[in-house]
Order: sequence, then structure tokens, then C-alpha cells
Amino acid sequence: MTEALLALWDGAFGSSYAIWSATLVRSAPLLLLGLGVALAFRAGVLNIGAEGQFLLGAISATALAQGVGGDLPGVVMIPLMAVVGAAAGAGWAGIAAWLRHRFGVLEVISTIMLNFVALATISWMVRGPLQEPTRIYPQSAEIAHAAQWPFLIPGQRLHLGFVLGLLACVIAWVVLTRTATGFRIRAVGASPSAATSAGGIDVTRTVTRVFLVSGACAGLAGAAEVGGVTWALYEGISPGYGYTAIAVALLARLHPGWIIGSAIFFGALEAGASAMQRDAGIPSVVVQVIVAVIILGVLAGSQRRARPTGGRR
Amino acid sequence: MEALLIPFLDATIRTATPLAYAALGELVTERSGVINIGMEGIIIAGCFGGLVAAGAGGAAMGFLGGALAGVLMAMIFAWFVLRLRADAIITGTALTLLGLGLTGTLYRGVFGLEGAALGTPSIAPVAIPGLSSIPVLGPVLFTQSVMTYLLYLLVPVLAWWLMRTHAGLALRAVGESRAAALAAGLDVRRIRWGAILFGGAMGGLCGATLVLAQVGTFTEGMSAGRGFIAIAIVVLGRWRAVGTALAAVVFGGAFALQYLLQAAGWALPYQLFLALPYLLTLVLLAALRGRAEAPAELASPAE
Repeated sequence: MTEALLALWDGAFGSSYAIWSATLVRSAPLLLLGLGVALAFRAGVLNIGAEGQFLLGAISATALAQGVGGDLPGVVMIPLMAVVGAAAGAGWAGIAAWLRHRFGVLEVISTIMLNFVALATISWMVRGPLQEPTRIYPQSAEIAHAAQWPFLIPGQRLHLGFVLGLLACVIAWVVLTRTATGFRIRAVGASPSAATSAGGIDVTRTVTRVFLVSGACAGLAGAAEVGGVTWALYEGISPGYGYTAIAVALLARLHPGWIIGSAIFFGALEAGASAMQRDAGIPSVVVQVIVAVIILGVLAGSQRRARPTGGRR
Repeated sequence: MEALLIPFLDATIRTATPLAYAALGELVTERSGVINIGMEGIIIAGCFGGLVAAGAGGAAMGFLGGALAGVLMAMIFAWFVLRLRADAIITGTALTLLGLGLTGTLYRGVFGLEGAALGTPSIAPVAIPGLSSIPVLGPVLFTQSVMTYLLYLLVPVLAWWLMRTHAGLALRAVGESRAAALAAGLDVRRIRWGAILFGGAMGGLCGATLVLAQVGTFTEGMSAGRGFIAIAIVVLGRWRAVGTALAAVVFGGAFALQYLLQAAGWALPYQLFLALPYLLTLVLLAALRGRAEAPAELASPAE
């Protein structure tokens, strides 16, 4: 037990490499994914589909990098990957948003179904259109050098995506607390009927936009993972980041500022768990148990308060 | 044609069987006015419980172990939703993560880090004398596992219980209007506890059936979204027992198409067929808008 916890701590914070190349690298996608989930939950949208939106972002960014990677300089290529990844994530979330408004399909179910469809899509991509040239391994070729996102610190793996994540959290914080848009989001999440009657807010439009932004955050995280960490597409590119993101958002009490701390905490947990599996033989899926227990703990702690998502219907 | 059709229909019923267990469990839970999104976590717990118990005491023990694991998971859900009044959707999501994580951890802990696939005592299909020799229907409907035959009994009994007995009426009343049920002197919380635990047992049986009668081994995450599909099946079955069982067959067919594809050698990527049950769920949920007769209490927080 002690040995396992020591391995966990060492893997997360035990050295400068652990901090800058493991913990914070794993926090990068969780920042964007957790923020996306938190924004959606704030508006009463139960987007459980961050995983699928992340994968679509990763697929699109890889496709773009494979398609034109060598022909464009990095300063054009990298922003383009970010935009395309975010658009793909937003599009994937858009399907669920459309199903919700056009047909009244619960987004909890539709986003999860879309997660499975996204998994099938990536499985096909890495064996079909995006497979590496020798056609032996189920993964894409390494993306061109110009499409690889810059590292922030020499000798460490921390990449541009982490800064984008921090930036997104700060922007979301300001928007949510200081602008009319933020007020609309919070009002819709607290009570759709009151937002309509008293606030004169177009609930459908607000909810749809937040849904799309939430998907865009996840898609951007996927693009950043391909550009900054893996440099290639393969099926296991996400160790369940999209689900951990729910815990990130809930632990942060859906507050964009607290997402930063929460994402780093879970990033450390993921990094530490990998080390624990390697050094102490404890399976790293134990992280999922910890994630579930933390969600349940947050729920138990907030009992008798208002529902964390506000009135959904 | 028949050479393809009969194996396809046989696989349809075989894959529909565990789906029907989970969906019927979810049906009873939802009829009490609570949606259990955590069915996925219950099913995977049932898979693992089934594996462990079958290893210890044979296949029959396996089903008991699966049901027990499902009930334990459902107790956590009921405690949070009914006792602590936590959000049912988020509690259900956490339950799913808990089930997937716990079974993955225990599996690798007990059976080694590589998670080597291992066989388990399983139950073979039993041909019912006489009935199994009917053309087409015989090999499809009457050459299945005991768990399928049990459903042939369970579905009509559940339909009768739900619509024709006092207990069934009480359950539906709680699901339609908590306030009216309370006014009528019904113990709402107790009825919901019962409905959720029944759903857990059925979800656990779904998992055990998956391991012991269909796949023959345990793999991490083998529930593969069946808990969420079960929720769609209940919608397609319009919250009725017979309808839910028939809807399960539709989804069994969507899963079984993969086998048909392999046999027929079509030149489509197989991932399309992997995605089919999930796409079908989306299409059907959209198509059934407005026709759904959902219990009214599903729309309000459970307690």
C-alpha cells in the first residue's frame, strides 16, 4: 500500500520530469474537456459525450495534418489544426444538440451513443483512410514536423495545448461572470422557464450555442493531443479523458476558475496511476474507481442543495 | 439464403437475451419514476460477479453471483438518489464509471496484469424436443440457452403483473404522480427502492448471461454500451413488457448483423456494423418522439 502510494506520488510530482512531462501534459486535455463539460452542465446540458467529441477533434486534426501537413508552415498549420479540431468537436456535439431540439432525444443518451460511434469511426480511420503507409499497424503515420505543436520548456513535454486550456478557462470565467452571455447561460441552467418569461431569453438558442462550445472545447483538446503529445492517431488515444472530465467539472463545482486546479489534480492522478502500474503492479484502471468515488463524494456532499445542473426540463 | 438467415436469426435471439434482461429491469425502474442511467455499470458488475461466482461454484452459481453484484450496485444508486436526493443522471454516470473501473481493477488484480482471457463454465444451448424441429422457428427460438426460455415465461408474467395486479398498479401510480401516490397512502420510497433493486438484479443477470451464455469469457468493458441501449429499448418498447422484449429483438438483430456480414462477405468496413446498434438507438429515439408514453415522474427529481 505504502509502496503503491509512493509510486503514485513519484509519478505525479516526484521529479521535474514528472511534473512538466507527465502530470501537466495529462492535465492539458482535462482542462479543455472539463471546461466543456462544466459550461454545458451550467446551461443544463448534460453533455456526457466529451470523449466522442475529443476523438472527432483528434481524427480531423490528423486528417488535416496528413492532407496538407508538409505544405504549410507551422504558424499556419497549428492554428488551422486547432480550428478544424474544435469545429469537428462542435459538429459532433451539434448532432446531439439537433436531436435534442428537433426530436426531444435526451442528450445523455445521444452523446453516449455518439461516443461509441466515434470509437467505431476511429477504428475504421486507423485501418482505412488514415492508416500508415505500410498498412501493418492500426495507426496513422507520424504527422509532419510543421504540424507538431511546440513544447514550452526545453527538455520537457509540456506543449502549447496546456496554455490554450488555461486561456480557455480564464476566458470562460470572465464570460460567465462578467457578460450578458454568461448571465444568459446561468439563467437558462437555473430555470429555463424563468429565463424565458422573466429574462426574455431564447433558451433554445442559448442551450444550442453552449452545447456547440462545449463540443468545440473537447474537439480542440483532441487536436492538441495529436499535435502536442502523440503526433499520430490510434485507437487508444484517450484513456477515458472524456469521462474523467465529468469528475473534473463536478469537483470544480462547474466553476471555470477551479477547473484549473481540478484538472491538474486529475492529471496528477492519471500520471501517478501509470507510474503505479509500472512500479507497484496496481492496475491503472483504478483511476476510474477514484473518479467515480469523487463524483459520488461531491454528490453526497451537496445533498439537499439545488441539483448541480439546475432544472433540466 | 436459409443457410445465412437461420444463423442470423439464431444470433439475433442469442444477443437479444441479455439485452432483454437489462431492458426489462430498466422498464420496472422507470415505471417507478426513476431513470437509472447507471445500468451500464450494473451490467459490467453482473459480468464480473457472474465470472467469479461461476468459477467458484459452476454456471448456476454464476447467475446468482451476477444478480447479486447487480443488486449491490443498484443499492448504491438507490441510496444516493432516494436517500441523499442526488441527481439521478449524474449518480448513474458515476455508477457506470464505478462499475467499469472496479471490474477492470479487480479483474487485473485477481487474474493478472495482462488480463489474460480465460474460459468459464458456461451453459450450452438446449434443444427443446419437438418444438426445435419446427422449420426455421425451431432452430431460432427453441435451440437457445435456459436464460432465453426463462424470458419466454418472465415476459408474460411481468406484463400481467404490471398491468393486472395491485402491486403493478402501485408501481405505475408512483411513476405517474408521486404526489397522488403519496396521497393514496403508498410508500413511494419503498416502492422505488424495490423497483431499483429489481432493475439491479435484472441488469446483473444481463451481465451474467453475457458471460456465461453468449461470450464465454470476461473482457474489460464488455458491456459495450448495453446499459444505454437498454434505456433506448424501453423507449422503443413504449414502457410495456412485451413491447420491450420485442424491441430487444430489434437491437439483437442490429448486433447480429455483424455475423451476417462476416458470413456474406460484404465489402463494407466492419466498423459500420459495430456502430449500427448505436446509430439505430439514435434514429429510433428520434423517430419515436411524441409517441412515447413515458412515466410522468421521470421528468422530475427522484426522492
